[in-house]
Amino acid sequence: MTQTIDTKTVKHVAALARLGITDEEAEKFSGQFSAIIEYFNMLNEVDTDNVPPASDIANAENILREDDVQPSMNREEFFKNAPKTERGYVKVPTVLGDE
Amino acid sequence: MQLHNLTIRAASEMLASKKISSVELTQATLQRAHEVDSKIQAYVTIADDVALEQAKQADERIAKGENITPLTGIPFSMKDAISTRGVRTTCSSKILENYVPQYNATVTDKLADAGAVLIGKTNMDEFGMGSSCENSGLFNTRNPWDLDRVPGGSSGGAAASMSAGLCNFAIGEDTGGSVRMPAGFCNVTGIKPTYGRVSRYGLIALASSFDSIGPMTRDAYDCATVLQYIAGHDPKDSTSYKIQVTNYHENINKPVKGMKLGIPKEYFVAGMEVGVESSIQEAIRTYEKLGMEVHEVSLPHTKYALPVYYLLLFAEASSNLARFDGTRFGLSVSKDAKDVVDIYLQTRHEGFGDEVKRRIMLGAYALSAGYYDAYYLKAQKVRTLLRQDFENAFNSVDVLLAPTCPTTAFKLGEKTSDPLEMYLSDIYVVATNPAGVPGLALPCGFSNNMPVGMQLIGKHLDEQTLFQVGHAYQQVTDWHKQNPGNR
Repeated sequence: MTQTIDTKTVKHVAALARLGITDEEAEKFSGQFSAIIEYFNMLNEVDTDNVPPASDIANAENILREDDVQPSMNREEFFKNAPKTERGYVKVPTVLGDE
Repeated sequence: MQLHNLTIRAASEMLASKKISSVELTQATLQRAHEVDSKIQAYVTIADDVALEQAKQADERIAKGENITPLTGIPFSMKDAISTRGVRTTCSSKILENYVPQYNATVTDKLADAGAVLIGKTNMDEFGMGSSCENSGLFNTRNPWDLDRVPGGSSGGAAASMSAGLCNFAIGEDTGGSVRMPAGFCNVTGIKPTYGRVSRYGLIALASSFDSIGPMTRDAYDCATVLQYIAGHDPKDSTSYKIQVTNYHENINKPVKGMKLGIPKEYFVAGMEVGVESSIQEAIRTYEKLGMEVHEVSLPHTKYALPVYYLLLFAEASSNLARFDGTRFGLSVSKDAKDVVDIYLQTRHEGFGDEVKRRIMLGAYALSAGYYDAYYLKAQKVRTLLRQDFENAFNSVDVLLAPTCPTTAFKLGEKTSDPLEMYLSDIYVVATNPAGVPGLALPCGFSNNMPVGMQLIGKHLDEQTLFQVGHAYQQVTDWHKQNPGNR
């Protein structure tokens, strides 16, 4: 199962991950990704037909607690790191469709 | 008197007997950091004001004789992935270059409660992604043993801050060897505790099912001391163990005679530097002399640990790093942005370095439709087998011994052009993290004048045995006492 990861795939994956990417970068990553994925394909040698996937490391128990109200960060403090705020909200450009 | 190479134990005794105050010790450490660190560049931020304030408070505690711990008044450095309220926390990324957390990580709070003194925040590979610190988005850190060589990674700044004598202990973080591998490169002792033993709350996440915060120290005894104060259940981290923390010093002086040491044969293969292999063999002979039974054991899936680790890490990191989107904190690039997606695309393009982009994209690839079963699910299945390997081995031995890296510290620039080659330098340290077991790295010799590291790997939650076996070794060897100034 060897496959190369072409620049089109790189750009598709970059879009999925919301990463801006230039043509030059897509070219560079394409070669690197192909080499890395080819190396990782060695996992196909391992017979895992009857092996369950690992889902936890050691702590297999549900953690439950009362839904108590607790003090949290105040709004002014919370917004200290926000690039743009307005009337107590984080401000961003249009999310859906035209304005 | 050289203050900068003191163990925690020695410094603590001097503080208790009033030979020195914490303010004096802290001032000496800060002064040295300002003098020496321009060459090493271990620190991203030196927090003079915070350090001196904490030192003053520690001195008050000592004067009153109240609430004194072995860490009270002791200067330490913190990996820049761990949140410190009011002190810039960058993860060595451009995207967080000016980020100042509004809250503390649980580890930060615990160390403050114990009275430790935060000197500053240490450099790392960006978001922990790397093995040499060369993936830092800010600058390279140099190995204090040879300034042309890397300190290892990703906790390279932490390891360098220890071997250059810029603190008395360091807090690192190990996702796939990031404490143990740089500890080996810089001649430092360091532990990756059992996954879930130390709270991850406030740690900027890389791979949430692997990330383990752990101390780096001058010896195993100190390492036990620090872990004692940072381990424990935290309601804010539901993966942290509720089981009570063991007294890590309880067995530390007990003889290791009759205990069983396992040597995993898969770790001794072609490609290991001659001086590394001979140092490891010498360490095994030392344990034989101490009366340990040495057994060869097999961890048959070892060669698959690297792809399992990296595939799962890519997937987890890809999800975790989605939060860096330029809207709520950190860098925000919104030039001519038409919609919010433009902010995401531009911010992440400018803010992340190449290795971070590679891993985010490969993670998205491994999780995407059509590839999920072949990569992510397959890796989770082989992870089960890796974990069983360790369980089987620990049916017949108490601890395992292996190198931390096939080579000593490599030169800056040597591996930066080929990402896969850089990944391969983690080959001995990655298996423990998918399995969740603890590993203690210890200095065990020199090869071509550069330090060699070994690691002891233990059962889940059995850090106590690792400290006992590590301490026994350090009672009869002095590799851990070597530093660039005295060798």
